[in-house]
Parts: sequence; C-alpha cells; structure tokens
Amino acid sequence: MDTSYLLIQTLNGLQYGFLLFLVASGLTLIFGIMGIINLAHGSFFMIGAYLCYWLAEKTGSLWLAILLGVPISVLVGLVVERFGIVFLYKRDHLYQVLLTYGLILIFNELRAILWGNDVQSVKIPAFLAASIPLTETQAYPIYRLFISFVCLLLAAGLYVVIQRTKLGMTIRAGAANREMVQALGLDINRLFAIVFALGAALAAFAGMVNAPVSSVYPGMGEEILIVSFVVVVIGGLGSIKGAFLGAMMIGMADTFGSVLLPTGSGTVVYAVMALVLLWRPQGLFGRAI
Amino acid sequence: MPALSRPVIALLLLAIAGAALFPLTAETYYLKLMTKIMVLGLFAMSLDFLVGFAGLVSMGHAAFFGVAGYGLAWFANKAGIGALEVSLPAALAITALVALAIGWLSIRTTGVYFIMITLALAQMLFYFFKDQRYWGGTDGMNVFKKPKLAFGDWVLLDLSNRYVLYYTCLALLVLAFLLLLTLLRSPFGRVVVGIKENEGRMRALGYDVARYKLAAFVIAGTLAGLAGYLEVVRSAFINPSHLSWHESGTVLVMVLLGGMGTLWGPVVGALALVMLEDSISSLWDHWLLLMGGFVIAVVLFLPDGIAGLIRSLGRRAPKSEAADD
Repeated sequence: MDTSYLLIQTLNGLQYGFLLFLVASGLTLIFGIMGIINLAHGSFFMIGAYLCYWLAEKTGSLWLAILLGVPISVLVGLVVERFGIVFLYKRDHLYQVLLTYGLILIFNELRAILWGNDVQSVKIPAFLAASIPLTETQAYPIYRLFISFVCLLLAAGLYVVIQRTKLGMTIRAGAANREMVQALGLDINRLFAIVFALGAALAAFAGMVNAPVSSVYPGMGEEILIVSFVVVVIGGLGSIKGAFLGAMMIGMADTFGSVLLPTGSGTVVYAVMALVLLWRPQGLFGRAI
Repeated sequence: MPALSRPVIALLLLAIAGAALFPLTAETYYLKLMTKIMVLGLFAMSLDFLVGFAGLVSMGHAAFFGVAGYGLAWFANKAGIGALEVSLPAALAITALVALAIGWLSIRTTGVYFIMITLALAQMLFYFFKDQRYWGGTDGMNVFKKPKLAFGDWVLLDLSNRYVLYYTCLALLVLAFLLLLTLLRSPFGRVVVGIKENEGRMRALGYDVARYKLAAFVIAGTLAGLAGYLEVVRSAFINPSHLSWHESGTVLVMVLLGGMGTLWGPVVGALALVMLEDSISSLWDHWLLLMGGFVIAVVLFLPDGIAGLIRSLGRRAPKSEAADD
C-alpha cells in the first residue's frame, strides 16, 4: 500500500465521516433536546438525495437543486414534527420507535410513487468534475474534496450556532434541563420544531451533496440511519462532540475495513461499536446510564 | 404477570379449539395462511416476553428468527441432514449462542441505547449473510428438504405434510405460551418483571440484574429461533430479509397491535396484521403506504392494542369479570 493510495483512502474515510456527522448530529440533537428516537431520520437523507436528483433534472443545476431542496426538506421536517412527532413527547421509546417506523413505510412508498424504485444518478457540476492526479494512475476527485469542505464548514457553523448564539444557548439549556427551560418561559414547542427541522435539513443536505458521488437508491435512508445509530452509540447520545468523533471513527473504520477485509467489510463498523460498548457503555461522551 | 381472567381463558381455549378444527374446512390457501400466522404469532410472543415483561425493547429480534432459519437451511442444503432431531436442537443451540453474545453486549445499556444497539447488531448479522456467497447472498436459498422425525421406518412427524406442519405449529405455539406463562409465574419470572418495574430496587435487594436480563434475552431469542426454523420449513425459503430491521419492526408492530404484556395478544396481533396484509397487498402496489398509516394510527389510538380493547370492553359490561388488572 503506497502513500498516495493511503492518502486517497484517508480522504475517502474523512469524507464519509463528515457526511455521517451531518446525519448523526441531527439524530443526537433531536434525542438530546426532545428525548425522541427518530427512526425516520434516515428518510430525510433519502428524501434529500431524491429531491436533488429530481430538481437537478428539472433545473439542470445541482446548485439550484440544493437551494430549492433545503427549504423543502425544512418544510417536510416541520410537517412531520407538527403532525407526528408532537404526539410522542411524553410517550415511551417503544411508541416513538413504532410511530417513526410507520413514517419510514410512508416515506418509502411516497418515494416509490413519486420517483419510482430505480437507481438514479446526479451529474457532478462541470467545474468540479475534474480529479487531482496523485500518481500516474491514481487521482482524487475534486468533488469529494468539495463535499468534505462543505460538511466541515457546516460542522463549524453548527458549533458556532450552538456555542455562540442565543438559539444555541437555548438548545444547550434544553438538552441539560428541559423542565427548567420551560419554567423560565422559553417556548419549548418552538425550540422543538426548530431543532427537528434543523436535524431534518442537515440529513437532507447530506443526501443532496452526496448524491453525485453515490447513486440515489431506495434503501439509502435505512442504510445511513443504522450507521448513524452506531455513530451516536459510540459518541454518546445527545453529544455533538461525540457524534463528530464517532462519525470520524466509523468513516475511517468503514473505508479501511473494506480495503483490508473486502468480504467482511459490512461488519467492521459494528465490531468497532462493540469494542466501544465493552469499554464505555454510555459512549465516549455520553452521560452515565 | 399476565393476568388471565376467566373470560380470557375461555376465549383462548375457544381459539385453540377453533384452530384445531380449522383444517377440517379450510382450503389449502387458508391452511397455509393460518400456519404462517401461527409461526409469526410465536415470533411475536417471544418478543412480547422481552418487551412486555422484561422491559427490553429490542429492535433486532429478527436476527434470531433468521439465524435459526439459516441454521435449518445449512442442515438441509449443505449437510443434507433431514432429521428433525438433529437440525432443530442444533439450530436452536446456535440461536441461543448468538442471543447470548448479542444480549451480553446490549444489556450493558438501557432504553434508547438498547434499541439502537440491538438494531445495529442485527444489521451486522444481516450483512454477514448478505455479503457471503456461501449463504446465497441477497437471493438466499430454497430449502426444499423438510425435516422429519423418524425412528427407523416409523415416521413420527413429517413436516412436508401440510397438515402435520399445521398441527406441529399449533402445538408448539400453545407449548411456548404455557412455557412462558410458567416461567413468568416462577420466582425467575417475578424477578424479571420486578426489574422492569424498578431495576434499582431489585438491585438493592441483591439480585444480579444483568444475569436475569440476559437469561430473559436468551429465552426470547431462542423462541424466536424456533419460529424462524418453522418459518423456513413453511416457506421453503430463506434470504437475508428474514433478519432485516423491517422484519424486526413488523414483529414489534404485531406485539403492540395485539397488546403488550399479555403473551396471547401478540398472536392476535400477528393474525390481524397478516390478514390485513393479505387483503390489501393484492389491491394496490403501494399498500405499504396504508400500512404505515395503520401503524401510526395504532400507536396513537390503540396504545394497549387489541388485548387492551377487549379488556376495556369487558370492564364496561356490568356483569363481566374481565377486570383482570
């Protein structure tokens, strides 16, 4: 394994990790603040990817597709929160799992009705379609670097919002003590709606920006959901920092796992999760359970 | 404890008698459908033991269903062994071991973590079977060789006969119910339910809580394995989707729909869900859309399931003795 090959795989691992972070951070935020386990979170990723494919076909531009797609996914998130999740705030996790499972079935069928069951692809914009040559035979596509860059930017933005703004302060307070936030007269319902829509938008955006490098296919939502669960379990539920670290670990483990163990690649990330669990059942940054 | 009031016992006996007489009149199609319902009912009942009594919400219960199914497929297809007395105990033992490993890892956690970890570990097994050619990959395998229980020339049970299979499933379903009922009424069962009610107190009383949870997890997993074994006998087919999170979700829906914490309720849930699926899936390609809406409606409007509905009806009737809790 030479250095340029190693570099390519490392970059791929980072890129996958960043992408996972966008999905997992929403999942962990929604749990940390709202106390909701949302199985349909992966559906937002799928919806993002299909919206991107559909809007890019219609408008001819990936950028326009993303620009239009993000507000649509925020809207979808708000509708789901107001008409579904809102009934779950005081219910047991079991009901949360089942209701959001029902949502997955609905989203999958709506997708089948609107866009069919075929695998689709999205074109990379011309000026990002090139690759950076590393050796005579190996090159790294610029678009993948672009994904990493955008995701990193968003992660940084999320950090600033949560650590430096008034909204972020409310979010952190909500995660620490929901009742107290309510007692202080902050509108918790509004906060919940914002957090849920933000999480949905992050996942959908991840689906959009990733659509040109992976294909757009029916089971993509569930796939990323389960890996995001692994990320969140490793990082500790409710912890953004943990989600970031977990996403990086899983991004790397998955990429190098499929290089080193081509036949057992599907199981590597779960082995990492099992190891972390043996050591710290509450995850790296989770509160003791 | 699943409180069995007299009307419920009467209804259950009636249901068993009805199921026993059912093959006399039924067409083959409905006989097979009923077999499927009983197999899935057993599967759902095993999950109810975990969710409704031990308080462990597993989203990966299909793992055990599928592992036992692949176990039977291995014996029938790879080893060419059709002897029930070999393949059944072996498949169940393997399933119990897998349940022990998954349970050992996941009972370190509770609540949402437990849900996510059981889902993730089941998914790992899903990929294990999906990625490997040996197991037939995504396509899975046909399993035409049906297990037989025979002593010399004397065939006791030949599961290729659909009537024998039907009554075997019925008998095993009733036996599993009685087994779980007995377990729940034993000191072991009382501790398991006590842990669900108040884990801290049980720990303070000196019980090794983790060990009890693990035992409950293995029992439920092994019974799910029994269901998985019968499922492959019934359908003559196995593929990775038997272990999928979809399957785990469906069986959880059956438990809730029928009524958690009753053991018999989930069997009713399986009946209702399979009948619903059978009647709407042929009408519309996108019937899963309706199924999703149905699941949401059950969560919102029928949180105690059909069993809860029966109970509340019984309570409303003035002369009834159905006030069983």
